[in-house]
Amino acid sequence: MTPNLRRGPARTAAAVLVLSVAAATAACSSGGDSDPSAAAGETDPGEAADVAVLSDDDITAAMETPTELTFWTWVTDIENEVALFEEKYPAIDVEVVNAGQGADEYTKLRTALTAGSGAPDVAQIEYQFIPSFTGADNLLDLRPYGAAELQDQFVDWTWSQVTGADGGVYAYPQDTGPMGMLYREDILSEAGIEPPTTWEEFATAAATLNESNPDVYLTNIASNDAGAWNGLMWQAGSKPFTEVDSDGTVGISLDDDASRKVADYWGGLVADGVVATDPDFTDQWYQGLSNGTYATWLTAAWGPLFLSTAAEGTSGKWRAAPLPQWEGEPVAGNWGGSTSAVMATTKNPIAAAKLAEFINTDPESTQMLANEQFLFPANLGVLEDPDFLAQELDFYGGQQVNQVFSDISATVDTDFTWSPFQDQVFSDWNDTVGTALVEADDVAAATEEWQSRVVDFAETQGFTPAQ
Amino acid sequence: MATPTARSQPQQDATRAKSPARARRRSSRTNSAAGYLFVAPFTVVFVTMLVVPLLYAAYLSVFQTRLFGGTSFVGLNNYARALTDPQLGDGVRRVATFFVVQVPPMLLAAMVFALVLDGTTSRLAQVARLGIFLPYAVPSVVATLMWGYLYGPDFGPFAQLANYLSLPAPDFLDRDRMLVSLANIVFWEFTGYNMIIFYAALRSIPVELYEAAAVDGAGPVRVAWSIKLPALRPALLLALIFSVIGAFQLFNEPNLLASAAPSVISSSYTPNLYAYGLAFTGQQTNYAAAVSFLLGAVIFAASCLVLVVNRRRAS
Repeated sequence: MTPNLRRGPARTAAAVLVLSVAAATAACSSGGDSDPSAAAGETDPGEAADVAVLSDDDITAAMETPTELTFWTWVTDIENEVALFEEKYPAIDVEVVNAGQGADEYTKLRTALTAGSGAPDVAQIEYQFIPSFTGADNLLDLRPYGAAELQDQFVDWTWSQVTGADGGVYAYPQDTGPMGMLYREDILSEAGIEPPTTWEEFATAAATLNESNPDVYLTNIASNDAGAWNGLMWQAGSKPFTEVDSDGTVGISLDDDASRKVADYWGGLVADGVVATDPDFTDQWYQGLSNGTYATWLTAAWGPLFLSTAAEGTSGKWRAAPLPQWEGEPVAGNWGGSTSAVMATTKNPIAAAKLAEFINTDPESTQMLANEQFLFPANLGVLEDPDFLAQELDFYGGQQVNQVFSDISATVDTDFTWSPFQDQVFSDWNDTVGTALVEADDVAAATEEWQSRVVDFAETQGFTPAQ
Repeated sequence: MATPTARSQPQQDATRAKSPARARRRSSRTNSAAGYLFVAPFTVVFVTMLVVPLLYAAYLSVFQTRLFGGTSFVGLNNYARALTDPQLGDGVRRVATFFVVQVPPMLLAAMVFALVLDGTTSRLAQVARLGIFLPYAVPSVVATLMWGYLYGPDFGPFAQLANYLSLPAPDFLDRDRMLVSLANIVFWEFTGYNMIIFYAALRSIPVELYEAAAVDGAGPVRVAWSIKLPALRPALLLALIFSVIGAFQLFNEPNLLASAAPSVISSSYTPNLYAYGLAFTGQQTNYAAAVSFLLGAVIFAASCLVLVVNRRRAS
């Protein structure tokens, strides 16, 4: 549900409907069900509200009107995909702007949206930041432009990530980051270690490896990367947030059992000194991947190609595998990946929505995203394409890495909700859990500090935190 | 600044003496119109770039915009909250410590350099003067990146030297040494700048004083002590106030080193970093405005303290 008060008429109607669903659920469950807001949040997107879809004539007319669009994205050379769009719709002229990656772009985007001018029509937004933009009513519901029919084209969990509690579709998934483990086959086999499949084996292997060579760590748990940590929490089954309720109630449990389990586990390995805690994407970290200081990298599906350029000299020595497991059925978390969203402020909603749609659903465009920009696809057309899956990468000794991560993608828990203030949550993580990792303090206790900071923040922002 | 005014005074008097009363009045009117015209470009920029944003920030600071619940007038609540905010308090204490650690050595070094360079006239002195000033021409972002490399625990030159000698590599970026490492960067950047301020003050000492001192038989040390140092006093005051402002507004250096040591430099390491994070990470623009105003008040108070101490010493 969108917590901001400024709403258009269509949105109000949808909200009223969801409100009544929430009220009904709350009434039914007054006997003691602890979390009615979560139940309301689960309303099936298809039936939450009937949104009129624009007629084909309206869309055709708009696409034949000369229009200029601005598209903010940090994907390199996406101009090629945009050119395909412009070829199909010659009347539309798209200007691609790289406004920075991640947080840099969001800062500019928020500033432009607050100022009321200068915002693009379409922007690249990572999954975890969608709620912070829908929370301020910044994103356009794409259902009137035919989004609902496209659900089948995308990986399940990505669709639930772009769908709001009001059933609105606020972006098209572009790429994903289901998490796996890249490991140095040579280092592990030299130390006589089998690639660990459970976290228990992983801990034993970490101790064995570091004992045999104190300069080598089984992995590096980045002390500055809340996104990676979040992926591990996601895998462990942590549910840190619930969707924001219509009265501003938001469930916050960053220190739930699963979160503490992850914290205790890594805190133990750090205290034993058998894993490194260097900040990632720094010179030192790149060096660590290249010179064999880290024997594994717990990373996402975008990692394999990234690594093959970042640590070129180690070609042929790496292999890919799923993340070690806690117990039971294989489960994975997600780290990264992004979407194309249309700003609610756009003056050309139809053309903008069609651009976002085209880039992420057109077969030629999605193939290019996967094979030229090496984005791990959210689009099933590519993800299930035998040619894509069968690619053998020399860097991984000829392993079919896409197949490994495609299988992992199917095991990502679909039920994971972000907060509408995720930048703050990640920033607070750095100051609490991240710091505890480096200082080898009590990491589980740090999750409590993290929780309490985020709860305080939510309160100052007018939310009612529920635990 | 004093010289042009002093020079124009007799000229004006001369004009006035020649022209009749009416003409004088008209000319003074045109003069004042021309005056306004001359200050107009500055005034326009000053008002639009400083006064208006300040007023807007003051306006923002008495409201609260919540992600849930919209905007409401809260009076001085944001200020009350900032006064008891432990993160802000820690940040202010940290930059105050930084001021104490960093500023005295820097000003002392700048003063020594200025005195030495003022006392020598060789070609080498000119080269040295330029060399000491040069770091100020390097943007602080570049300087910090450069020092970040030098401090590097793996391939920084100090670390490599330590490796070569089989010694443990010094960690310049850990919790205890970070403030000193930052102070060193700022020292490197601003010593030359302060030296130029002192040097300029020394050059403005009239030659007659030196001649008189020579007649009285004063040596170079006596001249430095009795003539040059007292003459440096106003320049020192100026440099001190600049340093107060610089220290309390510390931002670029810690912001850049944070990527190398994220666990040491938290989001509230300095008050400016904290305000930046509040506005752009937490989207608490209103509270950030209040924090900024309080920080401004702290800087103002510290500057006044410097002035008062100076005046008491002087009397």
